[in-house]
Amino acid sequence: MSLFLAVELDGAGAHPAAWRASGAAPGSVLSPNVLREAVALADEGGFTLATFADSPVPPSTGVDVAGRLEAVGRAAFVSTTTRYIGLAPSVPTATTEPFHLAAQIASLDHATRGRAAWVVEGSGPAELATVGTDGPPGETAEVVAAVRALWDSWEDDAVIKDVATGRYLDPDKVHHVDFTGSSFTVKGPLITPRPPQGQPVVLAAGGLDVGADITLLDAKADVAAARAAGARLVFAELEVVLDAHKPAAARLADLNRATPWNSRRTRFTGSVDGLVALLADLAGTFDGVRLHPAVLAVDLPVLVDRVLPSLDVPARGDTLRSSLGLARPANQFETH
Amino acid sequence: MSQPRLHLGVFYTGVGQQYVWQDPGNADHTTIDTFVEIARTLERGLFDAFFLGEGLRVRENRGRVLATDVAGRPDALTQLAALAGATTHIGLVATQNTTYNFPADLARRLSTLDLLSDGRAGWNIVTTDNAWTGANFRRGGWLEHDRRYERATEFVEAAKAIWSSWSDDAIAPDPTAAAWSAPGSIRAVERHTDLVDLTVVPTLPRSRQSRPVLFQAGDSPGGRDLAARHADVVFSANTEYEKAVAYATDLRRRLAAHGRSPDSLRILPGATVVLGATAAEAADRADWLRREQINPQRAIGYLEQYWGKDLSAYDPDGPLPDIDPAEGELDPSRGTLSIAHRTGKHDRIREWRQLAADKNLSIRELVLAVHPREHTFIGTPTQIADQWTHYITTRAVDGFNISPYNVPATITDVVDLLVPQLQDRGIYRTHYETHTLRDHLDLPPL
Repeated sequence: MSLFLAVELDGAGAHPAAWRASGAAPGSVLSPNVLREAVALADEGGFTLATFADSPVPPSTGVDVAGRLEAVGRAAFVSTTTRYIGLAPSVPTATTEPFHLAAQIASLDHATRGRAAWVVEGSGPAELATVGTDGPPGETAEVVAAVRALWDSWEDDAVIKDVATGRYLDPDKVHHVDFTGSSFTVKGPLITPRPPQGQPVVLAAGGLDVGADITLLDAKADVAAARAAGARLVFAELEVVLDAHKPAAARLADLNRATPWNSRRTRFTGSVDGLVALLADLAGTFDGVRLHPAVLAVDLPVLVDRVLPSLDVPARGDTLRSSLGLARPANQFETH
Repeated sequence: MSQPRLHLGVFYTGVGQQYVWQDPGNADHTTIDTFVEIARTLERGLFDAFFLGEGLRVRENRGRVLATDVAGRPDALTQLAALAGATTHIGLVATQNTTYNFPADLARRLSTLDLLSDGRAGWNIVTTDNAWTGANFRRGGWLEHDRRYERATEFVEAAKAIWSSWSDDAIAPDPTAAAWSAPGSIRAVERHTDLVDLTVVPTLPRSRQSRPVLFQAGDSPGGRDLAARHADVVFSANTEYEKAVAYATDLRRRLAAHGRSPDSLRILPGATVVLGATAAEAADRADWLRREQINPQRAIGYLEQYWGKDLSAYDPDGPLPDIDPAEGELDPSRGTLSIAHRTGKHDRIREWRQLAADKNLSIRELVLAVHPREHTFIGTPTQIADQWTHYITTRAVDGFNISPYNVPATITDVVDLLVPQLQDRGIYRTHYETHTLRDHLDLPPL
């Protein structure tokens, strides 16, 4: 049974102390070259998707990494140097304009020729304070709906370049979306023509309920309940610490001595064979897994060199949708 | 003072009637390939910067998307981040408005581009206020026209505070340090006014050029004052020589009022360049260009904006429409009309009727006569290089920001034909001696 594999590539890795164990200067978490090499390795290794966690506030306010490049910028930066891997930046719905957000992801989809995705993020009080908003607006699903309408605001064949009639585009195929939410409206159309995938792939945590293409659930969560609630593809969230120069348990103990890794996600700590067996098991219930390597510089090469070759990794297509077996959606404004 | 150097940029809006999409030399405006090809051609031509315009709303005519012009473009910052990964030297400048962006969000995106490109980012600061454009945003039309530069100034000052919030030695040099960042080395930024409200702990350090280079394009007194206070470069509309001299004089006086040296600001007016092997060939090409840009369909569309009625049944080569225009003025909130043209529609139409009657002009001839003209340099590479040498040696400008009318052909011609002439005259670099946009522009260090 095959399983789609995604990998989270933020910073030095998912463990808060990963920057201490990367064999590089601490500032390398902000290095464009380190970013480019990590994404290239994941692309060559056969991952279907790379995600880039983000927030407008620092990843750590304690002793760990306080710096982070904005995620759409990171994904776009590697758009012309990758070939097959999908690129999924996290973007919060509350701290940027829905219109800009739609244009950013649509532009990423054009720049990657159809490999863009968006990890929908809600926001807490610290994030909202960066835009001077008090309290959660409770509009995440509305922003997703507005963004989806904007992606459809140009029909695929809107640009006609008809020299005889002097028409660059057919105005009947570029639409106002007139989206009305509880606290905002968007007129449309988007400034950007319809993305190559029609709709870039939308990922969201199970609790967000935004009609995502990929629902992210903990590896121990109840998949059946999520599917019953309408989830399409369901990916398991899984932290991984692998045997490398030291046994995984010893590596984790070293990292935890610097900063304890407190998270609610399921974690695998152990051998390549153990992880391969776990993933085979997860393939029985989930469509895919998003791996959160503890230390990218250590765990990502092990995943690429030893784990992926041992799995039945699905072949990738020219677009992320085709890699995932998702059809290119019809346009909600198309009338014929 | 050493020989001043000419600085060149390309301003690519990617939309609008200046693009002759009918011409086979004009590449697709949506594909990333076109943008990569332009940026790499500009690097071959040793340009300072590649500018993208900003899209906030697709242009319309009578409530429908305008069909005759190139439309559809990427988000500027996303596209420039992609180009940062595909280039090594060219400056990458994003036009971004201060009305429909959140300051902390935009400052972080610009800072990200600056770090990804290792110090090649710029921000072309623009303002907008109108409700028509604002209909795409959470707070459409919230800002009074008179306060747009007040908001812009507070926005830029907040961005500058965000960009300088990290001490230069904030990040630990070694993974065994007690903490990734030294305690107290990152300062929170707070602003609580009626125009800018934010509380943020910034996530990014300074770049190799410290912060993005700030460009400013507004020509109103408010715009000039913002430029004198905060801009590193002005992208002005004063291209004609006498206007350029007057503008430079005014701006340097304003700089002094803010305690800045005259050399701390570069002036790069916009320019269109039409080249030919002979002066006559260039003139023919400029005439062809004007007639393509104002083709029969666009001439009708131009009048429809003012008449507010469907004029598609009228012959562009025939007399002006005999029907009366729609009652009422143009929608004053339309962002795509100049402010001067948003009122006085009926007087303007009366003037046009008189002009057409006096000179026996058809619809298209009238529009060719009254449609605003951008300043265009028309001639052989030698002629234009001589003109530009005069501009630069008399310090009327520091360079030009070229608007192409088709891509990549316009740009390839400038790089292959005009740049060598500029180099022969000693006013243009022969290789990149610098790495950051700030240094390309010979701006003083921050």
